[in-house]
Parts: sequence; C-alpha cells; structure tokens
Amino acid sequence: MSIGALLSATDLGMIRGERILFRNVSLAAHAGDAIVLRGANGAGKTTLLRILAGLTRPETGKVDRSAPHHWIAHREGLKPHETPFTHLGLWARAWGTSAGQIDAVLDKMALIRPSGVSARHLSAGQRRRTALGRLLLQERPIWLLDEPLTALDADGRELLLGMISEHRMRGGAIIAAIHGDAGFDSTCEVMI
Amino acid sequence: MFSWFANPHRFLTLSSWLAPICYALGALLIAWGLWQGLWIVPKDEYQGGDIMRVMFLHVPAAWLAMASYMGMAVMSFIWFIWRHEVADIAAKAIAPLGATWTALCLVTGSIWGKPTWGTWWQWDDARMMSVLFMFFLFLGYMALRGAMDTRQKAARAGAILAMVGAINVPLIKFSVDLFTSLHQDASVITVDGPKMAAVYLWPLLASGLGHSLLFAGLVMTLMQAEIWQRRAAQIRARLIAGD
Amino acid sequence: MSAAPIISAFRQALTEAWAGGAGALMPLGFFAGAAVLVPLGIGTDPNTLRAVGPGILWVALALASLVTLERIFQADVEDGALDLWLQTGAPASMIAAAKAFAHWLTAGLPLAILSPVFAVMFQAKADTSLLTHMGLYALGGLAFFFWGGVGAALSATVRRGGLLISLIALPLYVPTAIFGALAMSGGPGSTGAPLFLAASTLFALAVAPFAMGAALRLAAD
Repeated sequence: MSIGALLSATDLGMIRGERILFRNVSLAAHAGDAIVLRGANGAGKTTLLRILAGLTRPETGKVDRSAPHHWIAHREGLKPHETPFTHLGLWARAWGTSAGQIDAVLDKMALIRPSGVSARHLSAGQRRRTALGRLLLQERPIWLLDEPLTALDADGRELLLGMISEHRMRGGAIIAAIHGDAGFDSTCEVMI
Repeated sequence: MFSWFANPHRFLTLSSWLAPICYALGALLIAWGLWQGLWIVPKDEYQGGDIMRVMFLHVPAAWLAMASYMGMAVMSFIWFIWRHEVADIAAKAIAPLGATWTALCLVTGSIWGKPTWGTWWQWDDARMMSVLFMFFLFLGYMALRGAMDTRQKAARAGAILAMVGAINVPLIKFSVDLFTSLHQDASVITVDGPKMAAVYLWPLLASGLGHSLLFAGLVMTLMQAEIWQRRAAQIRARLIAGD
Repeated sequence: MSAAPIISAFRQALTEAWAGGAGALMPLGFFAGAAVLVPLGIGTDPNTLRAVGPGILWVALALASLVTLERIFQADVEDGALDLWLQTGAPASMIAAAKAFAHWLTAGLPLAILSPVFAVMFQAKADTSLLTHMGLYALGGLAFFFWGGVGAALSATVRRGGLLISLIALPLYVPTAIFGALAMSGGPGSTGAPLFLAASTLFALAVAPFAMGAALRLAAD
C-alpha cells in the first residue's frame, strides 16, 4: 500500500463468532513512526496487533512486514521457573544473537538484583521489565506492543518511553495499543 | 466443482427438493428391504437361524459407519484447503449421524453375536473392534468441536482431527486385523463375499441404498438447520452492533 | 531458517518438565501406582500376572503419557510463550515436535528404563528379553507422546482439557498398544510385531508434528 513502509496493513477485517470485530482498518508504519491503536475495551486492539504480528489470520485484508518485529503482550512469555537471566539467555540463543549482552540488558532494565529469581516470585513490574528486556536483545525495526506500560512504576514508564524514542530515532517504528494518554507522543492514532 | 456447491444459498435451493426425495426413496427402499428380509427370505440355519435377519439392519449400518467417517474426513479436507463453508457445515452435520449409525452397527452386531458366538462382545472380531474405534473417533471429533469457543475455531480443530483420524484408520484397521487374526476361532461367520445367496442380495442392496439415502437426507436437513442458525446469529450480532 | 529456535524450544521444554512437577518422578509415581493397582484388582496368581504384565505396563505407559501431556501446550498458551515461539520463523511443527520429544525424554524414557523392575514384579523371568522390552517400551512411548501431543495441542485452549486429550488420543494409541503387547506376547506373530511397532512410531514421528503445528497455530489464533 505504502512505499517504503516497514509494516503496512490493508483493509483488515475480523470476525469473532458471528460478531464483526472491526473492518476496513488500514495503516502503514514508516521509520520513526509511533502508531497508537485506540478503542474501547473489547474493540479488538489486541486482535489487531496479533494480526499485524502474523499470529491471527484476518478475515479480510492483508499485512506486509518488510522487517522483523518484536512482540510484547499482556502474557509476557515468561515461564514460572525462568529467571530474568535465563529468560533473556534463552531468547538470545533462540534468535541467534550473542548472549554476552545480557548483563547490560539486565542493568538497563534495573533487573540486576532479581536476575536470579524465578518468575513465579517476581513482581508484575519485574516480569514486565524482563519481557521488555527482549526488545534490547536484538535490533528489530518494528516493535508491536500491547499495553506495554501496564504494571510499570514511574521509573519503568520513563525507561520504556526512553527506549521507544531511542528506537524511533534509530529508524524503528512502533505500533502500540495504549490505554489512556500516559504522556505518549504518537505520530498517528488509529481508532478501531 | 467444489466451488459450485460451496455457496450456501445454492445448497439451500438444491437441498430443499433433494432432501425430500432422499427421504421418500430411502423410506421405500428400507421398507421393502425390511419386509423382504424379515418375512420373505428363508432363514439361514448356518448363519444362526432367524437372528441372521438382523443383517438387513447391521450391514447397512456398518457400511454407513465407514462411509460417513470417510465423508467427514473428505469434507474436512475440502474445508481445510479451500475454506468452503458448506464443507465444514457438512462435516459438522455428518458427525452425530455417523456416530448414531456406528452405534447402531455395534448394537446390532452385538445382538447378532450373542446367539452365534455365545457372547455379546467378541474382542477377537476385528470388525467390531475397528468399528468401536471409529465410534471413539466420532466422539472425540464432536467433543473437540463442542469445546471450541467460536465456530471458526471449531471448524479448524475439527478438520485437523478428522484428517489425522482418517490417515490413522488404515493403520488401526491393520493392527486390529493382526491382533485378531492370531486368536480367531472358527465360529466367526462372514456375511460378505460372493458365497452369499442371491435371495439375500437384493433386499440387502435395497436396505443399504435406503439407509444411505436416509442418511443423506438427514445430513442435508442438519446442514439446512446449521445454515439458518448461522444466519440468525449473524443477524443477531448485527442488531446488537446497531449496524 | 536456523535450528536455533527449535533447539531452544527443546531446552525450555526440558527445563520446564523438570521444574514443574518434579520432572520424571511424578509420571513415574503415577505409572507405578497404576501398575501396582492391577495385582490388587485381579489377584496375585503368578501365572495370571505373568500373562497380563506386559499389557498392563503398556496401558500404564499410555495413561502416564496422557497425564503428562495435559499441560505441555496449554501452559504455553496461558503464559504467552506460544506467541513467541510462533514468531521465531521456525515451523510450528518443528517447535511442537521438539517439545513432544523433550517430554518423552523426561517422562516416557524413564518409565521405559524402569520397566524391567515392574516386569519382574509381574513375575517375568529376569533375562535379557527384559532389555529388548525396555527398547520396545521406549519406542512405543515415543509414539504415545507424539499422538498424545496432537490431542494436547488441539485442546490447548480448552480448560480442563485432560479428558478431551484422552478421548482424542486413545484411538490413535491403538496400533502402538497392539503391536507393542503383541511383540512381547511370545506367541504367533510376535516376531514381526517389533518391526510394525517401529514402523508405526516412524509414522507418528512423520505425521503428528504437522497436526500439532496446525493445532498450535489455531490455539494462538
């Protein structure tokens, strides 16, 4: 749809059961963009993000991703037995990047002290920080974030917003479902 | 060719006259087959006397048990590849009917088995075992569909399971045959094969065809019901959405 | 495509199996419990026990695999790990196969290795045939875990899916159970049965991953 877009979606429509969740949703994310998805609870923001990530098949329309993406959602992907250190190590290996940077990532996410605590004993905020640490393991131009500010304290929010603006300055794009304003500086909002 | 049938509207017009014909012809054939089978043809002492007359119910049921599972698997395959909604509706409609005829096959087989084998259930009979596992496959299919939260997911999960089951059926059949061939005794009677007398053949064929037509008619009626149900749900969803 | 995501999925499943539920110990305990109930139920006549022993162990192995499999994909759906695995670019079928294999290693193989102990309890003669049987249990268990994995993947989004897994998987377990028990019966047909068992396990390894992969994509949808 759009020349040079990192990710573009055309005429997406989705049906759940017999209910039309949304239709005719189009968007394009270029380098430096921050697209915020807005809509009431149950409007289908999460479903739209999952479609953009390629997890859910849309009923109509199509998605083109020209670059790899990161995925952060409500369900963080941490196993109860994993620690921040083993979680990031596992994904660094799975993605084929160097595991040597994990200490730096843990440091940046302020997770050095709980780095050896298993996820079942971590607080919600610490789990969220661990998941966000995956964003730093590998440079990927597209970040898909579902309510990324949930469970984060003031420091955490600032940290994440800083990461996002650095990412955009490096030529990345983010697409996020964010509830409320949260001082989020977006280039475009998509209502669904 | 599939695409031509895949239109729900075309299916409704087609089935609105085809289903009644199936019912009428099916009823006639079953009635004639049963009348011939139960009163006219001579009983066969070698096959257990009068009890062999259950054959006119048992053999059609056995045929439909196998045919319906294969039909369900083929419909699932068509749905999985081409996403034709009518194929999924057909697979969904076949499942409970197939399970019913499979159960009928097991019950009549058991009734026939009691006087001839002296037992209600013969573990050594490969056919009984295979049909029993087919019955489980139907139950699993229906339970899985019922457990999914949307009809699209039910269709996908059901199609995967029906196809996995279908490619396993030959292996299950082979293993059961091997299992039973080792401890089979001479009392097992074969009903099929060319040695069957011609007097039985025509009533049996009529019965088989009649049951198939009845089955086809019922499948079409269930499919019609499903299509109307989906349409009603769509209208309801639109009304709620205020569209 | 690189193999790194598949290896990582395997490692995660391995550590998860050991961390959640004492690894092999729980299935082993279940297996032992199921096997020990039988003599209590059918009596202690040595000849009877010797005759039914191998069959009982096959049934116990099948049940132990079903109990183990209930959570292997369901947990991934609930904690979001499945979403991450499906976005690695590796085929879902290979991820699923890696997980099923890891769970066989932690829960299926230990049961096979301990099978001689149970066989002796069932009055089997302690000779080298028990080692052959160990191999057959290992081979058959692999098929159980792969077919059971299909049931587990299909019911990954179903709460309390345990019964559903059993209903789906049991008909698929039939060939393995028959060939396995037949191979140990020592009666007619027992010479070819190990080959049939191996062939049906190979069939499971070839077919089940694709069904599991399709089911996992559905579970994430």
